[in-house]
Amino acid sequence: MNVPEPIRPLIRRHTLITRITHWTWAICLFFLLLTGLQIFNAHPVLYWGDQSGFAFDNSVLRLAPFPQWATIPSGVDLATGRVIHFFFAWVFVATLMIWLLGALFSGHLFQDLMLRACHWRQLLPDARDHVLFRFKHSARYGPLQRLSYAAVLFGLFPLMILTGLAMSPGMNAAQPWLPEMFGGRQSARTLHFFAASGLAGFFVLHVVMVLLAGPLNEMRAIVTGWYRPDTEEMGDV
Amino acid sequence: MSDCLLSRRTVLCGLGASSLGGCKVLDGLSEPDHRLRQFMARANDLTLAMQRGVLDRGALAAEFSPADIRQPMRPNGFTNPQDSEYLALKSTDFEAYRLKIGGLVERPLSLSLADLRNMPARRQITRHDCVEGWSCIAEWTGVPLSHVLGSAMVRSNARYVVFHCFDTIERSLSGGVKYYESIDLVDAHHPQTILAWGMNGADLPVPNGAPLRVRVERQLGYKMAKYIRAIELVDDFSMLGRGRGGFWEDRGYEWYAGI
Repeated sequence: MNVPEPIRPLIRRHTLITRITHWTWAICLFFLLLTGLQIFNAHPVLYWGDQSGFAFDNSVLRLAPFPQWATIPSGVDLATGRVIHFFFAWVFVATLMIWLLGALFSGHLFQDLMLRACHWRQLLPDARDHVLFRFKHSARYGPLQRLSYAAVLFGLFPLMILTGLAMSPGMNAAQPWLPEMFGGRQSARTLHFFAASGLAGFFVLHVVMVLLAGPLNEMRAIVTGWYRPDTEEMGDV
Repeated sequence: MSDCLLSRRTVLCGLGASSLGGCKVLDGLSEPDHRLRQFMARANDLTLAMQRGVLDRGALAAEFSPADIRQPMRPNGFTNPQDSEYLALKSTDFEAYRLKIGGLVERPLSLSLADLRNMPARRQITRHDCVEGWSCIAEWTGVPLSHVLGSAMVRSNARYVVFHCFDTIERSLSGGVKYYESIDLVDAHHPQTILAWGMNGADLPVPNGAPLRVRVERQLGYKMAKYIRAIELVDDFSMLGRGRGGFWEDRGYEWYAGI
C-alpha cells in the first residue's frame, strides 16, 4: 500500500557564504581551466622531475595542442592566458580562504563535510543507490556527497594551489620544499594538469548528479539557499 | 566542420562570459591596453608584493649538482643574430666587444670580455624556467651584476637596470627592433644575478647569448637578456620601447616574471 509522501516544507540548506563561494568557484574554474589549456598549449608535453628532457626522455604525456574553441583567448595567446589565469588564481585562493573561515565558524565544515563512522558504513550502500539513480534528498549531505566535496575542497583545491605555486621560480627560491615535495618543478606541472583534469571530471559528474537528482530543487538550494527534502532523515543518522 | 567549432566556442564563451559581454570582449583582452586586461594584470602586482614583501626577498634559487646537467642547455628566442655589428664582433671572437654601462651612474664603464672575466666570478648550476612551461638545468659562470654596478657607482635615483641587446628580434616596416629587457635593483643586486660569459664549463655559445647574457634566477627566461650590448641605469622605463619594460612585456607578458 503506497501512501504518497507528504510534501515537506522548504528548509534552509546553504548559507550565503556557501552559495557565493560556490558560484565564484564555478566562474574561476571556467577561466582557470580554459586559460590553463592556453598555457599548456605553449608546450603540450608533461615531464617528471626537475627539468624537461630534450636529450633524454622523462615525458609523462605528449598531447596535440587543445583546439582553439577550448582555450581562452581563442587564438594562440600565451601572454593573455597568463594574465587571466593569475587573476583568477588570486580570486580562487581568496574565495577558498573566505569559505574556510565561514565553514569553520558556522560548523558547516564539521557538520556537513566530515565523514563520521555512520557515513563510512553507509558509503557502499549510498554508492549503490547512486548507480541505480535512487537519490535521497535529506537535509544534510549524504556519504558520497561528503566524500566527493571533501576530496575537492581538501584534496584537489590545495593540490592545485601548491602545484601552481611550485611552478613559480620566485616562490621556489623562497620555499624550495615546495617543488621538492612534488618531485621537481616539472612534476608539479604534471600534477597541476592531472589535478585540473580531476576538477574537470568532478565538474561533469557534479552537473550530471544535479540533473539526475532534480535540477530545480538543487538549483533553488544553491541559488536561494532553500531546499525541499523528501525524507525525515537528516542524512547523518 | 568550422561552423560546428565556431558554435561550440560560442556556447562555451557564452556560458562563462555572458556577464562580460560575450566572446568579443574576451578576445579583446588580447589588446594590451584593454581596461579589463589592465585590471586583471594588477593581480601580478599582488604577486610581486607577496614575493617581495612576505617571502624572503634575498632567498637564493635552488642550485643543483653537476650530475643534474643531463643535456645541452636548450636555447630559446633568437639563436643566431645576423646583425652586422654582431657578426663583425663574432668573427674576431668578440675581441673588440665592449660592454657599455651608462645612464644613472657616476662612472660610466666600457668593459672588454677580458675585463669581465678578470672580475670575481660566480659559478652556479640552476634551473632555467621558460614561460612556455619547460625547464632545463645548466651551469652558468659570470660576474655578479652587483659587482659591475658597484664599479660604475649607481646613482641613488636609479631604479631599474635596462639591458640593450645586439639581436634584432622583430623586423617591421618601421625598422628592426632589438631585444631589450629591464629588472629592478632588488634583482640586480641579488647574488645569483650574474653577467654570464660561460656555460657548462665552456665559453657561452652563440645560441645561448654570446658573448654575455644575464641570469635572473628567480624569474622566467625572457627576463634573462642574451647578446647584451649595453647596460643602462634608469629611474623609469616609460621611454623604452612601448613603455612596459621589455620586448615581451610590450607584447603582453608580465614585467615581473617570478611566476
